[in-house]
Amino acid sequence: MTHSDQISDSDQMPRSAWLCEYLARLEDEQVMAQHGDARILAPAHRLELDPEGWATAAKVAAAMGLRHAGLWADCLDDSALAAEDRAIRMQACLEHAGDYLVLETQVPMLRPVLASQASIYPGVDRLERHAHDLTGLELTSQPDGRRWTRHQAWPEDRFPLRGDFPLAGEPVGRAPADADYPFGRVQGTGVYEIPVGPVHAGIIEPGHFRFHAMGEDVLQLEERLGYVHKGIEKLAVGRDPAGLARLAGRVSGDSTVAHAWAACQAMERATDCIVPARAQALRGLMAERERVANHLGDIGAVCNDVGFAFAHLQCGRLRERWQRRSQALFGHRLMMDAVIPGGVAVDLCDKVVEELREDHAQLKSEIVPIFDVVADHPSLDDRLMTTGVLSEADARQLGCTGYVGKASGLAFDVRRDSPYAPYDGLAMDGAILAEGDVAARVRVRMAEIGNALRWMDRLLKSLPDGPICAQLPEAEAGAMGLGIIEGWRGEILSFIRFGPDGRIARYFPRDPSWFTWPALERLIHGNIVPDFPVCNKSVNGSYSGQDL
Amino acid sequence: MFRILKKSFQTGVVTETPPDVADAEFERIGIELRRRIDVRFSRSLAIRQVDAGSCNACELEIQALNNAYHDVARFGVHFVASPRHADALLVTGPVSRHMEAALRRTWRATPSPKFVIAAGDCACTGGEFGASYASCGAVEKVIPVDAKIPGCPPSPLELLQGLLHVLRG
Repeated sequence: MTHSDQISDSDQMPRSAWLCEYLARLEDEQVMAQHGDARILAPAHRLELDPEGWATAAKVAAAMGLRHAGLWADCLDDSALAAEDRAIRMQACLEHAGDYLVLETQVPMLRPVLASQASIYPGVDRLERHAHDLTGLELTSQPDGRRWTRHQAWPEDRFPLRGDFPLAGEPVGRAPADADYPFGRVQGTGVYEIPVGPVHAGIIEPGHFRFHAMGEDVLQLEERLGYVHKGIEKLAVGRDPAGLARLAGRVSGDSTVAHAWAACQAMERATDCIVPARAQALRGLMAERERVANHLGDIGAVCNDVGFAFAHLQCGRLRERWQRRSQALFGHRLMMDAVIPGGVAVDLCDKVVEELREDHAQLKSEIVPIFDVVADHPSLDDRLMTTGVLSEADARQLGCTGYVGKASGLAFDVRRDSPYAPYDGLAMDGAILAEGDVAARVRVRMAEIGNALRWMDRLLKSLPDGPICAQLPEAEAGAMGLGIIEGWRGEILSFIRFGPDGRIARYFPRDPSWFTWPALERLIHGNIVPDFPVCNKSVNGSYSGQDL
Repeated sequence: MFRILKKSFQTGVVTETPPDVADAEFERIGIELRRRIDVRFSRSLAIRQVDAGSCNACELEIQALNNAYHDVARFGVHFVASPRHADALLVTGPVSRHMEAALRRTWRATPSPKFVIAAGDCACTGGEFGASYASCGAVEKVIPVDAKIPGCPPSPLELLQGLLHVLRG
């Protein structure tokens, strides 16, 4: 489906029933809502609100059971604007049955105050604190209110995403450790604290975990992330589309295809670029290859965390072979920089297509006996079943997607519920379980590998011919686009706004980890401290994708 | 149990049958590395990996050093959980300002004599992220670096070559 198709669809179709209902309820609550230009941010609907109605809009959305898919702030403080015209624009994305709605409001930079939505949607708590730390937007009645992304690298009253903040920052000498962050306390006889990180014991990313435990049982886990904050949103400002795609490919290295695709999709939607069908198909192929590689590695790693080395070695072997094939096909073991604005950088020849199908058949026959053991092995069952249970209510409240949501009874999958090319013509099978434990998350991922392999076979059978890249048209000043992709972790949102010179003025990638990290804090309750690594691995949030 | 044994026997030892040229090269470098580790580190080089702001692609490739194909342990290279047990630090990322103090402390906790290896373009030069309000721009701006392994991310083979280069130096 091309961008122009989407526009005509939304013009002809009656507005979704749920949206009418939502508007009616907003009216009952006296919230002033104005329908924004339907083409901006398509296929998402757009509503402009008065700042006074911001919290009420969330309350009404929650009452209707809409999912909050994240929010971000955008500083409109170009130096050409007078001080009183400068503003911060806040956007929040809601989803219902695969239909997206972006709420939008604006507050003056001179008094950037807006009500928080986090008391209604706890999943967006950290997104709000992130927005505050980077733009200076004050959120009233924010249930937490502590700093999140900011540690001690820049002062409390300076905000990196403001126009007057230089990319190089302001010299503060050595950045000290964020030693006095006020962690929540649990007190009582026999309660003790375990601080872990930021430097962890394995070959993994840095972050801090503060456990309160009694005996072996975890009473409370609090995460403190932000250690790998690299200023990606600031670095994006002023980049050209190709440069932004490169940066997006490094938001989270394990999701390089998905993030690059989401960013390119946003830019293509903002510029009405029609991406050739073959390029869309190859993007789908790469995204599914990325999914298979990561699921293989993580299934093995979960088993390894409970001392079951057999699965780890076997899955590691299959993953390595898979990555070598990616290197041969796309010139990179992780397929970095293969998705570019307007299409893809590498084409496949017919001979390779045949080899790939043999590859898939071989992997299928290899995983059957291994997954057979993983799914039914007494010592694994003993450790993985009933461990780290995330209830459906918690998963829903936090807005979890991907395998974390699917293992807790939430079937949502962008590829199925809001399909984009090439998934719109070629459906992806779903996988869903209700248990919510580590074992369920492993099983969902095993099922997803099988689904991905079958889907890729079907895709290769009818791989469209034609060019693999289109020229990205010059972006109009202020053009905005929203990319929505199902990465291997779940739904990725990517917001882009162009500046007057055709360069990027705002980029915000919303990794699914924003919602699965808080889920880890909940699912660890009542588990024993030694089970934390396996619980963590079963969720596998991205530190880099969240810290930005 | 029989299912596991069956699969294990069927799989065999993938490490000993290099499927392509790259692996033959890996083997050759590995053996030379082993020789040098034998001499300089009494047969075991203990490495503490520190992510100082990478996008996690480097971590994936460093982890791949331990898979059945590469199995770097056979060359005497081990990844350890504490800097106190380490001979070398393998640092990735442009050193985010928020990791600056932690990296410095990790370096101080590593007993001398010690090596620091910067792995990946970000660790070597700042890479895609460079120096900014949020990152220092290279490992050598924070702690002394003995060797650099470029790549975005460096492949397992390049990582092994880089390690060999350190030991030759």
